[in-house]
Amino acid sequence: MSDHIVEIVVFTALFLLVSVMGFVAARWRAPQDLNHLDEWGLGGRNFGGWITWFLVGGDLYTAYTFVAVPALLFGAGAAGFFAVPYTIIVYPMVFLVLVRLWSVSHRHGFVTPADFVRARFGSPTLALLVAITGIAATMPYIALQLVGIEAVLKTMGVTGDSALARHAPIIVAFAILAAYTYQSGLRAPALIAFVKDTLIYIVILVAVIYLPAKLGGWNSIFDAAEAKFAASPAPNDGITLNVNNQLQYITLALGSAMALFLYPHSITGVLASRDRGVIKRNMSALPAYSLLLGLIALLGFMAIAAGVKPLPGAREGTVDSNTVVPLLFDQQFPAWFAGVAFAAVGIGALVPAAIMSIAAANLFTRNIYKEYLRKDATPAQEANVSKITSLVVKVGAVACIVFLDPQFSIDLQLIGGVIILQTLPAVALGLYTRWLHRGALVAGWVAGMGLGMWMLYQIPNAATGRAHFGGSAFPLSKFGFDTTMTIYVGLVAVALNVLVAVIATLILRSMNVAEGEDGTTREDYFADATTAAPTTPAGSTPAAPTTTT
Amino acid sequence: MAEPPSTTPPPDPETADISDTEAAASAPAQARSDRSPWNWLLIVPIVVPLTTPLFNHDNPRLLGFPTFYWLQLAFIILGVTTTTVVYRMTGRGERR
Repeated sequence: MSDHIVEIVVFTALFLLVSVMGFVAARWRAPQDLNHLDEWGLGGRNFGGWITWFLVGGDLYTAYTFVAVPALLFGAGAAGFFAVPYTIIVYPMVFLVLVRLWSVSHRHGFVTPADFVRARFGSPTLALLVAITGIAATMPYIALQLVGIEAVLKTMGVTGDSALARHAPIIVAFAILAAYTYQSGLRAPALIAFVKDTLIYIVILVAVIYLPAKLGGWNSIFDAAEAKFAASPAPNDGITLNVNNQLQYITLALGSAMALFLYPHSITGVLASRDRGVIKRNMSALPAYSLLLGLIALLGFMAIAAGVKPLPGAREGTVDSNTVVPLLFDQQFPAWFAGVAFAAVGIGALVPAAIMSIAAANLFTRNIYKEYLRKDATPAQEANVSKITSLVVKVGAVACIVFLDPQFSIDLQLIGGVIILQTLPAVALGLYTRWLHRGALVAGWVAGMGLGMWMLYQIPNAATGRAHFGGSAFPLSKFGFDTTMTIYVGLVAVALNVLVAVIATLILRSMNVAEGEDGTTREDYFADATTAAPTTPAGSTPAAPTTTT
Repeated sequence: MAEPPSTTPPPDPETADISDTEAAASAPAQARSDRSPWNWLLIVPIVVPLTTPLFNHDNPRLLGFPTFYWLQLAFIILGVTTTTVVYRMTGRGERR
């Protein structure tokens, strides 16, 4: 441990700094009364361009991404680079969609995507499905942020032998995070995101200039990677794609992009912004993070060139490839700067973990507690339930990491991407058309979930020696095609989902099955901050009751 | 990152009308929309990065980066440019 003392000191100091900021955030842009879900859970719905950029950027590009994507390139090469096209195409894809969602949510005071579905289709059941899907997809994502911190702590040697000692630093970190999220709500991650992203940008700028110079230039970095993959027996690695994984690359990028803004925590960031212009400008500005991500991804190749050997994993005989980037920093940087880099990753985990727990808590409060347990809950009660739920969610995430194999969270998160996509017809298509029947949307969700789970179950993982849930690349040969190509599970599952929803709509309509009432009007989808009546800030319970049928 | 210049946007009759009275929003003639031919431009940065067979090559390298990598990083600029153009051409009415 002693050879890492400088790193640990710098890491701890920066960590304490942001913890103080987290508590102070309650007074930032001081609200009159924090005890309202719009304040606690959406930061007052009043964030401008810069704050939104830091908040959403800090939210979408998580510590786990920063650790896992280079680990993918380290292990498999080009296939891991899918994160770059994924985060390029997502913004033009959602450019027009998100402003509609923002407008209708602004008019009606929606806090979650399920709130919207509830009002649009007049169906608490469908909203419940969307809410549960969102919570189930978000929980393992929070746990994965801990995996990101753990990779750093492991590299610094801050690990004991017993399960509890090994996890003590993470438990402390999450306890602090839970406390200031409880107190300050969305304002805490919004404020901390400034520090997180500044640190990450500095570290990466230094890394992409300093490391290639040290390692003999980009040419030799890519050559080293090529040599490693040429020597490895695995069929699908290399610094370019091959015929087997090209379709997977394309469909994974496309499917992930479709899923990204269905995640409740992404929507939380969007709904917290002040007006439509803030969102549209951010669609042009957020790709700055994609550039950052692309450069971070290439750290995986730098680690190859630098001869990094990943630390052992949780089980005998496995390696924890998530440690390659921390190890690269540890070996190549002076100790103090490695400490800064580790703090960037560690703090980088706190921002999304906070936003995700807030988003999950809001879903529980609005679409389960208020809908089924206490219909007359006041805004103050809503805020309180959300605060407590956010604590429970974090305890659950820590428990997942401490008591279960972290691999379990990684698998769950993989499944999370597939299942969150199944809310696409109700949430994203629902913003454009109400043609789909609410019953048909439920049927489509069931079909998509079923197919997605079956496909994931069929996928083995050669590296970890598991027979099921080994990845998201489904071999088309299992569908009976004579090919070695693989395809992203989520995209196939959501395609079936939409197909079933369309067919079931035609059937239900021909049988005259009752449709829910649409609680929204056409104008709602274009309303801007100046044009909408201020239904929300005063905070009377909005919209939902009027749509009950 | 773009807070656009603080020049006042040209008055947009549709927006102005609606912001005057809430009631105006319900008049069918006043209905706003996000429709614009410029929006079709957004398809370009969605489709181009997904055409990997066209650029799945090592050479030519640029500053040491294989084609597959530098070109995809360059597509970020394509995405930023397109969304910015669409915002400028359609988004003026969004500004308060």
